[in-house]
Amino acid sequence: MNIVERFGGVFLLPVAIAIIAFVLIGAPSSWLTLTVAGLAMGMMLFLMASGLSLVFGLMDVLNFGHSAFVSFGAFVAASVLAYFGGWLGSDSIVLNIMALVFAISAAIVFGAALGWFFERVIIKPVYSDHLRQILITMGALIVAEQLILATWGGTPTNVPRPQFLEGTIIVGGSSLEVYRLFAFVVGALVYAGLYLLLNKTRMGLLIRAGVENREMVEALGFRIDRLFIGVFMLGSGLAAMGGAMWAGYETLITPALGAEMMVIVFIVVIIGGLGSIQGTLLGAIMVALMQNYVGYLSPKLALASNMLLMMAILLWRPYGLAPAVK
Amino acid sequence: MNRTFAVKAIALTIWGLLLFSPFLFQEVRQVEVAARIAVFIVLVASYDLLIGYTGIVSFAHTMFFGFGAYGVAIAMKQGDNTWGFWILGTLAGVLVAAVVAVLIGLLSLRVKAIFFAMITLAAASVALVLASQLSGLTGGEDGITYRSPDVFKSANKLLTDEEGKVLRIAGVRMNGKIAAYYFVFFTCALMFWMMLRIVGSPLGTVLKAIRENEARTEGIGYRVVAYRTAVFVIAATTAALAGAVYATWLKYTGPDTTLSFAIMIDILLMVVIGGMGTMWGAAIGATLMVLAQYYLRDLMEVAAAATEAIPLLPVLLSPDRWLLWLGIIFILLVYFFPAGIAGTIIRGRKS
Repeated sequence: MNIVERFGGVFLLPVAIAIIAFVLIGAPSSWLTLTVAGLAMGMMLFLMASGLSLVFGLMDVLNFGHSAFVSFGAFVAASVLAYFGGWLGSDSIVLNIMALVFAISAAIVFGAALGWFFERVIIKPVYSDHLRQILITMGALIVAEQLILATWGGTPTNVPRPQFLEGTIIVGGSSLEVYRLFAFVVGALVYAGLYLLLNKTRMGLLIRAGVENREMVEALGFRIDRLFIGVFMLGSGLAAMGGAMWAGYETLITPALGAEMMVIVFIVVIIGGLGSIQGTLLGAIMVALMQNYVGYLSPKLALASNMLLMMAILLWRPYGLAPAVK
Repeated sequence: MNRTFAVKAIALTIWGLLLFSPFLFQEVRQVEVAARIAVFIVLVASYDLLIGYTGIVSFAHTMFFGFGAYGVAIAMKQGDNTWGFWILGTLAGVLVAAVVAVLIGLLSLRVKAIFFAMITLAAASVALVLASQLSGLTGGEDGITYRSPDVFKSANKLLTDEEGKVLRIAGVRMNGKIAAYYFVFFTCALMFWMMLRIVGSPLGTVLKAIRENEARTEGIGYRVVAYRTAVFVIAATTAALAGAVYATWLKYTGPDTTLSFAIMIDILLMVVIGGMGTMWGAAIGATLMVLAQYYLRDLMEVAAAATEAIPLLPVLLSPDRWLLWLGIIFILLVYFFPAGIAGTIIRGRKS
């Protein structure tokens, strides 16, 4: 057991899942494709879930409307990409990247602004009352979903992809979609950024201290509530970014996107444990790998498998794998 | 005391109207509405056991409702429309609901309330996906149509006059349709009465204690997890029974009538409108909400048509935007009237 602990403890679980899947699948080339797909999806799930986890850890607020940011991010990005359709089709990689950057930034800005509105108007009056929090954020989710339906319509929206992210690369007999590699890299960069923010800056120190013991930090004279709105906006911005990336991944999105992602995001934060980004990353990667492997092995079980994974982990560790709060 | 009496009087009036509704409202659609109200009162009251009396937020209530409904539907479809299969289906549905409730309860009721809400949400969505994927058994998205027991056929003559024709009392034919309605009414009334008894029993007192102060209840010596799991199972089985009754009435079971997330939102709204923590409030909330569902949409359509000349208004008033308004009303209600109609009447203006 000590050896396992030394090499990362619970963080080895995704590796274990990958190894088991390798044996079950048998074909290395399809395994590699699935693993890359899983890692890419895991990174996008991480973007969507990290904010939810941090917000809960810091302020004991669970936002059931969190997935509204995801869907708004997806639709805003889709609209911006469609607007720059000419740039996307051109061969110039600069124009491609610019359109992509515009789309993702628009999603982040919109998500953060929506997050500000959510925090101030909807959640602030019901701090420290879980029951009403759940009810109100649920109501907000319904309203957000209906607004998306009213704005973008119920028919699936097509999401154009930039030229340079189309196509696949062949590595050792297995084809890897460029977009997946891109999603993985972006997710990893964001994770690294968040990690540095939380562990190397003064603000990060305060956030971590606040997650650990809010009253104490407040007693020392820091305004946690101001910090909190910053974290909330950051989290909603990241969720919108995750939504934008997801839109490009799926290429066809419907207003039901938010509700579909919400369940997976919840499973991710429950598995990972609330309040820590490491836990969230772990949960996201595990859920995404599981989804892809099981989706290949027996497609009908994909969602149920995540549910079973969650149940098993809760039996073993009732607070998730790597929680920051208990 | 008088105010509590007022709430009870309103709720009893609703039950009274339901009792005579086949005679009072003779249109097919109105009887449909009455049956739906009866079933939803039970469903909402059983949900109130969780949210209002014990302080547990579950999003899996429609899942249990669906278990009961699908139990009856599958038994009637695969077997025959006899009472034997009806009982078999109902029992199977209730049993599945109870087992799943125990599993979820023991697994997750020991952790924070918020975890429980998330887990039930995940479970409910898995159930919904399963129902649409196992289309061989559940009929997928289309659902299942089947026949209810022969007693409830409209051709069945319950009472006949001298000539052998269907007897009419106050202009209402005494046929199977009326039998079906009273079957729904009396089973629902019975379940509602049982829940009233549960709430008034020592068990109900412990539940309220858990809602108010969990640590203290544990300290006095009550096993909180056991009580929570018990009430979760009671609520789940009641919901499953309500589902079985509703499936018998509708003769159709599909994701939209039993499992969908929209129904879960309806239940939440009904509980909040009626007043959490009052069984009688559940009756008021369910009635108002079902009436609104059936008649407000028509009204919105009329309003949208009437304001056609004005720019933005018809878009906002279109019946498609129904859920948008419900969501906004829901948020405002939770802000300003967290006690709901019944709670506000009972407490008076002071609080």
